[in-house]
Amino acid sequence: MRYSGWSLAWNALTGNKHWRPVWRDASPKASYDVVVIGGGGHGLATAYYLAKEHGIASIAVLEKNWIGSGNAGRNTTIIRSNYLLPGNERFYEWSMKLWEGLEQDLNYNAMVSQRGVINIYHSDAQRDAFARRGNSMRLHGAGGDLLDRTQVRALLPYLDYENARFPIQGGLLQRRGGTARHDAVVWGFAHAASERGVDIVQNCEVTGITIKDGQVIGVETSRGAIAAKKVAIVVAGNSSRLADMAGLRLPIESHVLQAFVSEGVKPLIDHVITFGAGHFYISQSDKGGLVFGGDIDGYNSYAQRGNLPTVEDVCEGGMALMPMIGRLRVLRSWGGLVDMSMDGSPIIDRTPVRGLYLNAGWCYGGFKATPGSGWCFAHLIARDAPHPAADAFRLDRFATGHVLDERGAGAQPNLH
Amino acid sequence: MRIACPHCGPRDVREFSYLGDAAPKRPEANAPERFTAYVYLRDNPAAPHRELWYHGAGCQAWLAVTRDTRSHAVLAVQVCKAEA
Repeated sequence: MRYSGWSLAWNALTGNKHWRPVWRDASPKASYDVVVIGGGGHGLATAYYLAKEHGIASIAVLEKNWIGSGNAGRNTTIIRSNYLLPGNERFYEWSMKLWEGLEQDLNYNAMVSQRGVINIYHSDAQRDAFARRGNSMRLHGAGGDLLDRTQVRALLPYLDYENARFPIQGGLLQRRGGTARHDAVVWGFAHAASERGVDIVQNCEVTGITIKDGQVIGVETSRGAIAAKKVAIVVAGNSSRLADMAGLRLPIESHVLQAFVSEGVKPLIDHVITFGAGHFYISQSDKGGLVFGGDIDGYNSYAQRGNLPTVEDVCEGGMALMPMIGRLRVLRSWGGLVDMSMDGSPIIDRTPVRGLYLNAGWCYGGFKATPGSGWCFAHLIARDAPHPAADAFRLDRFATGHVLDERGAGAQPNLH
Repeated sequence: MRIACPHCGPRDVREFSYLGDAAPKRPEANAPERFTAYVYLRDNPAAPHRELWYHGAGCQAWLAVTRDTRSHAVLAVQVCKAEA
């Protein structure tokens, strides 16, 4: 089914009785060319681009729960490409370009809104670092404008400009950054993949990876064995558990990241804003809730819930930046499992097992990467060679010393 | 989350800093592969996990805490002993 103004009008005039499901809920077949483990945004995007860009006909996406039930449904919906290191920036800018044409490509409204992302800076040293990052962004075509205090004040008059401890000196603005509706991204990729014949199989947990003579030949699942020529692991949060099934240890720890939404209010915050003196980021959803978050809790966790000290820390960051939000009530908070890698950057690579591919380590920045991750992972799986935009995301970079440590924090996952 | 410090009793988690898995041991010999595993590779289990916490806002002892990563339940706490 193709969505258009005509289909909307026709269905409205015929009582909305003819809409079909957005995507097809499939039962697993006995074998596939490619099995993608993980029905989140990245997994569905991988399957879609495998079908569309590489013409692979027989693809399954296996999801242990319902699609988008993990981090794809738990993030703060921010899209941006404002990184410093070339290995990262060229990838995130490629992802940003895919976001810009995504809705037409998928024939699905993902509510992509390029409202601008502003990183606030509070000191001379931070201004210099942001100027450098802005230059890196401009070199990669991502755009970036260094704003002074007056320019920030014109855009964001409601910030606390009298804060003596964290004075606002200015900000780095990426106008092309913004937000997208996270669930709609999942449904859109599911819709477009399903239209191209991809089997999306829910409630199908992978319990084992079958390997023969160093070559993957299939997976064991809660819905029976499935043979596959190639198997792709894209299950951020649970990457170590899946890799363990193939006898691999990863440079990853699973941590919990909390996010929050306030009660709905009238339009208040037009951009995505980040606080530079702590860790706090905020935007406003189209429903009116302020969506915000901050640091990870900082300890290994698979619990999908966090603790109160982090809640307090995040809210303190918000109060330091914009005290006006202090009278709003927090409506909901939730936690997601994030793959914290040892250098804070992701992994898209082959593994020592032939036919087994890994997409992992997204830390707390996976949502913005969704289309780029799917595009590059599909390229890797189909051609057995890394995509040029993602060729720094190697699994062996930790052994060779070619780490991509954006924060310079070293091999300490909870500091990235 | 609270951690029952053997010196100080049950204390709020905000008194502690987290280092990570207690299992990796620095290799003796100059073996690059073993050093890579020591620095970068982790088991990262969804299960009870023995990990290092520092009681910085209390007795300043390093603790080996066994904690279930699925529920955050603290199962055991020991004071780390300096290894000879």
